[in-house]
Order: sequence, then C-alpha cells, then structure tokens
Amino acid sequence: MVIQDLLKSNFAKPLVFVLCLLPMASIVWRIFFGDLGSDPIETITFATGDWTLRFLLMTLAVSPLRQWFGLSALIRFRRMLGLYVFFYACCHFMVWFILDHALSFSDMVEDIIDRPYITFGFSALMLLIPLAITSNNAMVRKLGKHWKKLHRLVYVIIILGVLHYLWLTKADYLEPGIYALIAGILLFQRLNFKKWQVFKFIARSENPAR
Amino acid sequence: MIKTRKQSDIQSSEITPEPVYHRRREIMKSAGLLGTTLLLNPWLKAGASIKIGDYQKKVITLDEDLTPERHATSYNNFYEFGTDKEDPKENATKFNTDDWKITVGGECEKPGIYSLEDLIKPFDVEERIYRLRCVETWSMVIPWLGIPLASIIKSLQPTSKAKYVAFKTLHDPKQMPGQNRSFLEWPYREGLRIDEAVNPLTLFAIGMYGKTMPNQNGAPIRLVVPWKYGFKSIKSIVSIDFVETQPLTSWNMFSNSEYGFYSNVNPTRNHPRWSQKKEHRITGSLLDRLNKFDTLMFNGYAEEVAHLYEGMDLMTNF
Repeated sequence: MVIQDLLKSNFAKPLVFVLCLLPMASIVWRIFFGDLGSDPIETITFATGDWTLRFLLMTLAVSPLRQWFGLSALIRFRRMLGLYVFFYACCHFMVWFILDHALSFSDMVEDIIDRPYITFGFSALMLLIPLAITSNNAMVRKLGKHWKKLHRLVYVIIILGVLHYLWLTKADYLEPGIYALIAGILLFQRLNFKKWQVFKFIARSENPAR
Repeated sequence: MIKTRKQSDIQSSEITPEPVYHRRREIMKSAGLLGTTLLLNPWLKAGASIKIGDYQKKVITLDEDLTPERHATSYNNFYEFGTDKEDPKENATKFNTDDWKITVGGECEKPGIYSLEDLIKPFDVEERIYRLRCVETWSMVIPWLGIPLASIIKSLQPTSKAKYVAFKTLHDPKQMPGQNRSFLEWPYREGLRIDEAVNPLTLFAIGMYGKTMPNQNGAPIRLVVPWKYGFKSIKSIVSIDFVETQPLTSWNMFSNSEYGFYSNVNPTRNHPRWSQKKEHRITGSLLDRLNKFDTLMFNGYAEEVAHLYEGMDLMTNF
C-alpha cells in the first residue's frame, strides 16, 4: 500500500515534526510583524489553545484511523503528536501565566478556584505532565502493563479540554461544539460494549442459539 | 449644560490628542472654504448616510490617552456581524445605513417612524471622550460624537407612565450574517431606566474620532452609556419604546445569572467568567495585560450617576 509505505519512509517523521511546528512558527512570525490584532495576548492564547485541542484530537484519532483504514504505520507518529499536545498546552499556559497574570501565583490560584473553565484547563494540563514524563521507551518498558492504564488518562484530558473550551465560550457554541463532537466520536468508538453487562444481556438475547 | 468632570478641569487643547486636534483645524478650514452656513448647519447630507459636519468641541473629556482609532474600529463585539473581534470590521463593509428609520412607540406623545436625520437635526453634536469598559475586562477611551439622549427623549415627550426605555437593533440576516444563527435571540435588545436614559452622560452617538460612525461600531446610531458594561450601549438602533415595566434585554435573556439588567461597571461584583476587579487598556501591545489597573465603580463616573442607585443593593441588582 502506497500510503503505508510513505508513512514508513525515513523522511516521514522529520516531515511531520516540522509540520507540527508550523502553528508556532506562524505565531512567532505574527509577533515579529506585529500582526496579532488589537489584543495580542488573546490572539496567542486562543491560537495555542486551539492547537492543543487539535493535536489532542489527532493523537486520539491515530488508533481509529489505523483500524478503519488499515494504516497501522500511523502508530509511529502517536508519541510525537502527544508530545506536541504537551508543547502547545505549555505554551498556552505560559502565555496566560506570564503575560496575562504577570507571574502572580495568587492571581493564578484565584482564577483556578473561581472560574470553572480555568479549573478544567489547569487540571487537564496537570494530567498531561505524567503522560509526557512517561512517554520515552525506557518508561514504557519500566511501567509495563501499567503504562497503558496510565495513558488512558488522555480520555479524561480530552473531556476536560473540551469542557474548558465550552465553558469559556460566551454565546456561540459552534466551534467548541465541533471539537466536542469529534472528541465524542473518538471516545464513543473506543467503548467496548461487549464488556458491559447490559450489552451482554442484549447480545445474548439476540443470539438465541446460545 | 453638563458639568465637566473634576479630573478634566484642564483646557481641552492641552489634553486633546494630536490627531483629533489636527482634524479640528481641518474641519475649521473646510468650513471656512465652504462658507459659514456649514457651521450653522451641522447636518450635511451627502449621499444618504449621516455625515458629520461641525460639532461642539468637548463637553466631557478625560485626561487619559485615546485608544488608537485602528483598534477601536477593528476590535469589536458586534455579534450581528460575527463573534470574533475582527469579524464586524470584515463583515460590515457593505452594511447599508442609508435612509435609516427609527420607530418610536409606547408611552410618549410623539410616536411614529422617524428618519434618523429628522430625529437628530434640531440638536447640536458634541464630542464626548468616554471610557468604554467591556464585561470581558478590556477597556478603551473613545472620542464619541453625538447628542445627549435626554434631548432626543425630551423631544419625544414621554408620558408619566414611561418608566423605562427599550431599544432594538436592526434585524436583517441578509445584511447581518451573525443573525443567521440564533445563539442570541434576535433582534438584539437593550433597555435603560428612564432616569438613566436622560442622565446627561448618556449619548445618542452618530460618530467617533471626528467621523461618521463606522459600520462595525454600530452605524448609523448607537447608545453610549459609559458607566455600564459595553453591551448595554446598543448599536444600529431601529426602535425606541417607552414602557412601564423593565424591558427584556438580550444578554440577560441569554444568561440572567451572568448579565443583569443594570450591568453597571462594578469591580466588587465578580462575573462568573471574569473577575471585574481589574481591566486592561487596548493598545495593541503584547504587554497590555501586564498593565492591568483597578476598575473604578461606575467606570469612574460615580460622581455623575451614583445617585441613580441610592438605596439599591447593587449586588442583587447587578
């Protein structure tokens, strides 16, 4: 298969690595040329937030895409995509903490406590940290079967991330709604209905031969 | 005559920023060339939309730097033209404000459909430099051009039953693409208690920065109510109703726990989404949000408006 071969080729990984940096390059470019609009911090915060969610959805899409389209080679890129989630989330947080809250720890804590959307966003970032730390091969080996369990935290993270966006939206839920829908599909297709008792029951009754 | 603010007991020529000051000379020059009639008649009809002729300089000014015009005209919350800040400027370019009509109704002696021009013609245009504080915690300082709303209201002769004034924005999804989706219930509605509406600060604004009101800022006619959060200053007004009971207002209908009818700027009452203690001025700099400063009660206009709310609990009547 041509696509599989391309995905496996030597240059695929460096290429994806560079592509993933383009959103950041665009922001830096716009800072340099003063093209960030009237509220530059808002523009940067929104852009890095958008890209955090987008990379999160891409990371979660790897497994289903492998299944649906037989693109097993996509797995090569999952760790990199996951680390880009962490990268953009850190940029998002740092811009907010440094340029919006002027490194004021007390302001930050107040916001985290008082505003639910920040509570969600901050929790999501905290949960990303152990995943980023345990992303290298040594940790995968060391953690063994626990590694997979730990990394299921990504399902919690995407839910927190989407809630973060939905909750901060003032009126027009279209854009966060699109993220929520895609996240919903990616999570829903992972549900293993056969494991659930109620579905077992349905499955049995549908198959009277047993 | 309106009392000048204490903070601004400075000659206007000393504090008027250069661009406005220069424009004033241009206006005087062109007035000289065209003859004195122009000075006497502030309403020039060229095409059909409202044009700014001459205006009375400064009634209320501030000793604060004006927000650069390019920011005030490109960073807008005007959801009829889209929800991103830059959307209105982009989507309102073809907005047609010619032959603008305003329907006046309810408890008044002079109901009817007025052309905007007729409604404002009898009055002098004033420049007012006001702070604008958005509920989203950003703020600007804008030189508006307009007429005290009190003058307009007086001319419409409200009856004793007129306790509130309700306003509506144009509802025209063909021209206002944001109205094709109903995240807010269109048309946009706002309202003021009658004593708020006739407070000398409340402006019926037709322009800013010495020019006709840009479409994205609420052309051809909008309110400016400087002691309230920005969304109270309704844009592109097509109807004025005098009513006996408190009218419905759009953001309050959308979420009454977040946006009250009064929505006076109040640093002591936090909004669930934003702390209202501080604000940042829009200057277009990366460092804007590092220069946050304390928001003032009634946006700094307590001297002029605090008496309107005497004896009211502003935490519940937010």
